[in-house]
Amino acid sequence: MFTAITHSQIYVLDQDEALDFYVGKLGLEVNADVDLGFMRWLTVHVPGHPERQILLEKPGPPAMSEETAEQVRALLTKGAMGGHLIFSTEDCRKTYETLRGKGVEFTEEPTERPYGIDCGLRDPFGNNIRFTQPSA
Amino acid sequence: MSRASEDTNRRMLRARDAMDRSYAQPLDVPALARIAHVSQAHFTRTFRATFGETPHRYLQRRRVERAMFLLRETDRSVTDICFEVGFASPGTFSRTFRDIVGRSPREYRKGAKEAQEVRGTTAVAVPTCFTMAWTRPYACPVTDPR
Repeated sequence: MFTAITHSQIYVLDQDEALDFYVGKLGLEVNADVDLGFMRWLTVHVPGHPERQILLEKPGPPAMSEETAEQVRALLTKGAMGGHLIFSTEDCRKTYETLRGKGVEFTEEPTERPYGIDCGLRDPFGNNIRFTQPSA
Repeated sequence: MSRASEDTNRRMLRARDAMDRSYAQPLDVPALARIAHVSQAHFTRTFRATFGETPHRYLQRRRVERAMFLLRETDRSVTDICFEVGFASPGTFSRTFRDIVGRSPREYRKGAKEAQEVRGTTAVAVPTCFTMAWTRPYACPVTDPR
């Protein structure tokens, strides 16, 4: 049966802006950035883990009608698209300070939870992102 | 929908996130309007158009969600919890709680604890953003008087 998750997908409004955020600010690495003609295939991964890619996809025709894409963009910017990513980190508070220094928009400060220390942020488009320092 | 309305959505979401963070503080429309880059006059109307309820109602649901958590998970008094989540008086708290949840805080606590005993405790580590979104009591926006 299955052995791994290799690709996840989230919607973004602008792939250049997404690249700037996910690579320039969050420190992910570009896995692929290819103009396929029919779409720009843009994936990123956590450094050291190229086997698990996140596709940064721009909604629009011909994958979906312009009308549907408008609905997706509206949901995304209202924070209702469901594009959650949860990363792990060795030091939540240190990572929080580093990213805050880069102007990342946090929704929650680092907080002790039963499962570890974590905090929340949003990408420029409304996707919800968390990162957790798991309990030892 | 234009990029302008997507930009408005995103700014309203930023203001709503700020309410989620500081739910125990009084509703500060001028500060939220500044976060959302709209005038105070437009803020409430635009928020409602974006999320289907007023900022005031959203804040009430956020506070009641926190109160429900504290009623379920702690033995603190109802009055303590009322002030902890940002209500200014036990009367307003009880009225709002009943309006949104359909039961008084004490009735809710009793029912939740009984349900927990039947169900047993779960050890699944659910990330907080999901818990927050899914335990926020739903109240039909059309009943919102404001």
